[in-house]
Parts: sequence; structure tokens; C-alpha cells
Amino acid sequence: MTAISAASGMTAQSAAPALKHTAQDGAAEAIHVENLHKRFGELHVLKGVSLSARDGEVIAIIGGSGSGKSTLLRCINCLENPTSGIIRVNGEEIKLKADSHGHTVPADRKQIERIRSKLGMVFQNFNLWSHMTLIENVIEVPVHVLGIKRDVAIGEAEKLLARVGLAEKRDVYPAYLSGGQQQRAAIARALAINPRVMLFDEPTSALDPELVGEVLKVIGDLAREGRTMVLVTHEMKFAREVATHVVYLYNGLVEEEGPPEQIFGAPKSERLKQFIRNIG
Amino acid sequence: MSGGAWRQRHAPCSIFPRHVCRRRSRRRLASTSGATLIDALLSASAAGITELLSPYPPGWGGALLVGLLHSIEIALGATCLGLLIGTGGAYGKLYGGPVVRDLLAVYTTIVRAVPELVLILLLYYAGTDLINQALTAMGYQRVDVSGLAAGIAVLGFVQGAYSTEVIRGAILAIPQGQIEAARAYGMSPGLMLRRITLPSMLPFAIPGLANLWLIATKDTALLAVVGFYELALATRQAAGVTKAYFTFFFAAGVLYLLLSLVSNLIIGRVEAWSRRGMPSLKEAR
Repeated sequence: MTAISAASGMTAQSAAPALKHTAQDGAAEAIHVENLHKRFGELHVLKGVSLSARDGEVIAIIGGSGSGKSTLLRCINCLENPTSGIIRVNGEEIKLKADSHGHTVPADRKQIERIRSKLGMVFQNFNLWSHMTLIENVIEVPVHVLGIKRDVAIGEAEKLLARVGLAEKRDVYPAYLSGGQQQRAAIARALAINPRVMLFDEPTSALDPELVGEVLKVIGDLAREGRTMVLVTHEMKFAREVATHVVYLYNGLVEEEGPPEQIFGAPKSERLKQFIRNIG
Repeated sequence: MSGGAWRQRHAPCSIFPRHVCRRRSRRRLASTSGATLIDALLSASAAGITELLSPYPPGWGGALLVGLLHSIEIALGATCLGLLIGTGGAYGKLYGGPVVRDLLAVYTTIVRAVPELVLILLLYYAGTDLINQALTAMGYQRVDVSGLAAGIAVLGFVQGAYSTEVIRGAILAIPQGQIEAARAYGMSPGLMLRRITLPSMLPFAIPGLANLWLIATKDTALLAVVGFYELALATRQAAGVTKAYFTFFFAAGVLYLLLSLVSNLIIGRVEAWSRRGMPSLKEAR
């Protein structure tokens, strides 16, 4: 474990307010990212980022447009292949190799598929499968990737849809639902794999303002019950409420990180101060 | 054998209903005026058609139906083969390495550039010859390639080139997020193809593939030139023997039309099913 992630884990614990679920001492590290670099051709998006999420932690990644926060999240499950660096999920390091063009790609497809099936990803644009009803969307991965029996999966999926308030929409196709409903269904789909960590990529950025609240409420409930999450967001108030640890990215580097009280209450870096002023 | 002689031999008045006999008497009047001539010819053919198109010999209807059946068999086989080639071809063009992509580009370019009739002649004769040369070189007996298998292979090869482009376009039309979600949840490439890519691209591919199916049903007629017994050849034989050209080619036209109409019904159902998650465009107007 790197010094950065060890330190950040400790500060998150000591400073988190009581209503928040806090990571226990010695909680296992669910995600570990070390010295991650990502280049898109000439563009150097991530310039050596490290990040750690222990079980029960909620990591919020904030930063301006183009700071690399979405790229960082998408590197964790190799939707973007990092150029260099170490990624460990559940203590298992993702094996990477260079392909014939010199791009870094996962060395072991089976491994990356196994790791991905433990990470529940929620996208900015929901990305529900449009040819499946909500219940079919939710059971798709449990049945076809994880090999759970269909009737068992349907029982679980119905509970999850009820939980996000969509029980009676189970047989509706995504295109007939509002953005907020679609995003809640996407969260149910992510929960259906019983993920070790949930990854949220700006989950409310594509929503109409009046629909943001219903989605944040669902995510907030998950955070409070102790789900491990990595959350890229523009909702600073929300990040302050639910996060145990906040990472501020600037220009591909971690500019400042710490518990939300420190990041939002007493930021040290000039850039972070300005960012909070601008966005608040 | 002339048509009249044939009719007289095979359709004696005594065993046919009364209107047939009445036609004969009216026919003698036909030479008097043009209007009555047309009237007479029409009614003459109306009765003749029932005899000529009767599904039981000496009628030729049965032969036509067997030809139609062979045409449908070939079109179905060729379309299925074309879809397999097309799906593989589209995947190769989109995700394959440089060599695969170049080979596929050559395939689709050449097949779509050369007239189908030429391709059919080339592949049919050269193809069977090649197989037999290979067999003799390896010390086996020469084989007679079945017309059905050869027809399906040749038309399927042609269909594959067009399907490749239709399916490639349809895959490109899938919202990328849906593919990305499938990757993010650990689907293997095969599972993703079966569960996400193929169902999602179907609504975009159906109009193009429906065109290809209808073209395939009619391209079967080209196989008549290599002697495969399908609807066009059956029609030509029937018409040649009876000299009732108009009757038989018109009947064949009607059969092709019926095939298209039934196809349209089925394609409409499939398209509605494939678009099940998509709101109707009419509602969005």
C-alpha cells in the first residue's frame, strides 16, 4: 500500500461525522490505484494518480472539466486502458501488457471480465439496454454473466426495483421512462451483481434539475448503509454529505485530498479554493 | 406439340364442365369482330388456365410449385449463409486486424462490383471444377455437386457481401453506451454479441436485410442458367412445351408476388418485435 493511500484512509476515518458509515480499522482495501498514467495520443490526461478505497468508504472525485476524473474512474475497470500504473481490485492486480501498437491492454481477458463483474458501474447516460425491459436489464448480468438461476435473479431484481421505487415499472422499456427513473433502474442493475464497489460516473449530470434529487437520494441511502463507492460528481453539496474522502483532481494530478470537512471547509490549495468558489 | 392440339388431347369436352364446351362454340364466332375476339380469347384462356395450371398432370401447376419450393429453399439457405458471412464480415471489418479488414474489403468490393449472373456462372462452374480437381489431386473420386448446395453456396457468397455492409452499418448505429455497459459488467465478446450487439443492431439492419431477402428470392431465377430446377426454369419448360407463354410467366409473376407479400407480412412482424423497446416514430412527430 502506498503512503498516500494509507494516510488518506486514516484521515477519512478520524474526521468523518457520526452519521456517516466509516471504514473500520483494518478494513480490506477494495480498490487500490497507484501512479496511474493515461495518454490519449499526445494528450496526457492522468499524470500519476494514486487512489485507495477501503471497504465501506465513499470516495468522491471532484475536479473541473478535463481534469481526468472520469478517465480515472473508467481506468479502474479498464473501460479505458491505463498507459501505465498499478490497479488492484479486491487485492488482485489487473495484469496489463503492451499490444503490437504499443498500447497497454489487459493481458488476461478472463481476469478483466471477472473483475468487472464485481464492479457496479453507473454511467452518466444510464446506458440501459434499450431492447430489454427494466426487469430484464436488472437480471441480465446475474443470469448470463454470474450464472444465477433465472427465477432467483428475478426475485432479487424485483426487490431491487422496489427499493429504487420502480416496482411497478418492471415490464417497461427504458425509452418510456424519465431520466431519473432510468438512472434509478441503472443503479438497481448495478446492485444486482452485489458489487464489491460501485462506480458512479457523474450519475446526475445528464438529468433535468428536478430529477437530480431522486437519484441522489438513492445513492445517499446506499452510502449510508456502508456500500463502498467511488463517485465522480459535480454535486458538491452531495459529495460533502455522503463522502468519507474527497479527491480533488487538477490537470491529471491529485491537487488535494482529505475528508470532506477539510476539502470544502478549509481547502489549502489555491486552485481548490477557486474551484469551490466558482462551483458553489 | 401446339397448344391447341395439347388442349384437345388432354381436355376432351365430355369430362369438363359445361362452360368449357360453351367456350368452344363461342370461339367459332370470334373471327367476326375485334371485340368479340378479345372477349373470346380472354374466356378461352380463363378456361385454359385452369387446365394448364392444374397441380395434377397433365397440368403444369405442380411443376411450378415444385420450382417455387426449390426457389424458396435456395433463397432461405442463401440468406442464412449470407447472414452468417455478413455477421462475421461486419465484425471483421469493425474489429479485425489490418489483414482481415483488407481481405474483407477485397471480398465486398469484388462481389458487389461483378454482375451476379457472371459471378454465378463463374462460381458454379469454376467452383465445382475446383472441388473436383482438389478431390482428384487428393486421390478421391470426382463428385457431382448437388444443384441445391451449389446454388445456396453461390448465392450465399453474394448475399454475404451485401449483408456485411448492412450489418456493419447497423452495428455502427447502436448507441455506444449500450456496448460499453456490456463491457463494464464483464460480458465476454461472444455473450455480448448474442445478448447485446445482435438484438440492438437488428432494428437498424432489418430494412436492409429485408431488401436482401427479397432480392435473394428473385436472384434464384439466375440459377436457371446453370440448369438448377427452380421457378423460372420450371416456368420456361412449361411455357415452352405448351406454348402458353403468357399464362405461365404471368403465373410465375404471381407466385413471386405472393412470396414477396408473405415475406412482407413476416418481416413486418419481425421488425415490430425488434423495435420493441423503441417508441414509435409517429408519436414523436
